[in-house]
Amino acid sequence: MHLEPGDTAWVLAATAMVLLMTPGLAFFYGGMVRSKSVLNMLMMSFFTIGIVSVLWTIFGYGLAFGDSGSGLIGALDWSHLGSLVNSLPNNGGEYPIPELSFSAFQLMFAVITPALISGAIADRTKLFAWGVFVAIWVTIVYFPVAHWVFDFGTKHADGSITGAGWLAARGVLDFAGGTAVHINAGAAGLALAIVLGKRVGFGRTPMKPHNLPLVLIGAGLLWFGWFGFNAGSSLGANATAALALMNTQVATAAALLGWLLVERIRDGHATSLGAASGAIAGLVAITPACAYVAPWAAVVIGLLAGAICSMAVALKYKLGFDDSLDVVGVHLVGGIVGCLSVGFFGSTAVNSLGANGLFYGGGSSLLGKQALGVVAVAGYSFIITLILGYAIKYTIGFRIKESDEVEGIDISEHSEHGYEFGQIGAGGSFATRLAAAAKGGE
Amino acid sequence: MKLVTAIIKPFRLDDVRDALTAIGVPGITVSEASGYGRQRGHTEVYRGAEYTIDLVPKVRIEILVDDADEESVIDAIVKAAHTNAIGDGKVWSVPVSQVVRVRTGERGSDAL
Repeated sequence: MHLEPGDTAWVLAATAMVLLMTPGLAFFYGGMVRSKSVLNMLMMSFFTIGIVSVLWTIFGYGLAFGDSGSGLIGALDWSHLGSLVNSLPNNGGEYPIPELSFSAFQLMFAVITPALISGAIADRTKLFAWGVFVAIWVTIVYFPVAHWVFDFGTKHADGSITGAGWLAARGVLDFAGGTAVHINAGAAGLALAIVLGKRVGFGRTPMKPHNLPLVLIGAGLLWFGWFGFNAGSSLGANATAALALMNTQVATAAALLGWLLVERIRDGHATSLGAASGAIAGLVAITPACAYVAPWAAVVIGLLAGAICSMAVALKYKLGFDDSLDVVGVHLVGGIVGCLSVGFFGSTAVNSLGANGLFYGGGSSLLGKQALGVVAVAGYSFIITLILGYAIKYTIGFRIKESDEVEGIDISEHSEHGYEFGQIGAGGSFATRLAAAAKGGE
Repeated sequence: MKLVTAIIKPFRLDDVRDALTAIGVPGITVSEASGYGRQRGHTEVYRGAEYTIDLVPKVRIEILVDDADEESVIDAIVKAAHTNAIGDGKVWSVPVSQVVRVRTGERGSDAL
């Protein structure tokens, strides 16, 4: 087994960076909710890390990257990752890195995708129901969709490829997960926002972000981790990784400016929440495109994403659904902008494994494939999530009690407060057997 | 004895304190308050959603004074807190029937 130390080191480091995105997302979301639900918002992400990582070991990697021959889903592999210890990943060709590092890297994508959905149903979701949802959703939505998009099949010695996902086989270009991660999460977020309904007081009570510095810390961690997400997806320390990294930076920067520009013109002020949101919109949009377009095109894609997403977030008030933290406006819309942009700006001059888009003499063929990817993933995710959401709602229940929601979900679901600022009476006293233990120790 | 209470704009606090020190007021109590009068609140915008914030931050000053000092203390506060803009605040005083210094047990004017 021949390993390239440089490639291996980069993929291992990128894996850790992508893991950090989920806590980053937790802070990004956590700062945006009211102070009475900050812990629950953080917990929805951390809980997801726990559930998905365990499922990945049991059957997730097999369902996403195994070969059932259908192109629709992988296959169950009951070795529980044990067989990967001494093998190389073969994903449309062999990579000189341990297959376990490939599997760990892909696990982090499986972790963050359901976590992204949590922003759509902030402040009101039963933790247990969320756990059940995440476990089933990754199994019947994420793992299959990741197989469609990310599994390029096994390349054999004679050059033939078998077992590729059906979208990957058709030439849909999604480098790091514009469809499988962002459109998938965005469409699911829309479905769940509809299933759970609006928060108590939505559109009447101000639901302002309680901690904008936390939002910006989260955005910063996401931005940093995203270099692992995008540039790590090259699975090697090479020119493609450098292109992806540079495009990630400039598209994000341009999107930040694009969002602020719209705010300045429309609302009169450039806001810190707008800067953070614009950066995330840019990161989302460049994700599918980062290894297929030139940096100047990345700037254009970023500007478009920032401006379009900043206008898209107002849709929920017009259409009357409470996508609390704008998963739809940022991830679904940003993902669509990014996926379609490859159909315009894709260029084989920057990546021979890519394809030429409309602006590079490739005609509309690539754009058509990209649109297919968008519609297939958004449609499948929305419909299955809607069915799963209603199934959970009418069996174990999806929402907490209205009175608990008003008092704050942190207390009712976790029995904790996010912040303890007051100096008087905040300490309380032991209410349990610990009190007796403390007395006995005197 | 009188209790003089003032609600002022937070950024005027330093000037008011200097003015009170200048006329020999030995101590004051300050707390953060929020509210609105004729000025009403301000607007904040989050991701394009505009909120009207009715309650704006204010500072509340409380001073116990001798009857004789009442007018000079009120005048000093009003002069120092004045910006001639809407939302400058209010000052009022009420009679106080008893004051006790906790440490010594002194009562009445001796406790001021």
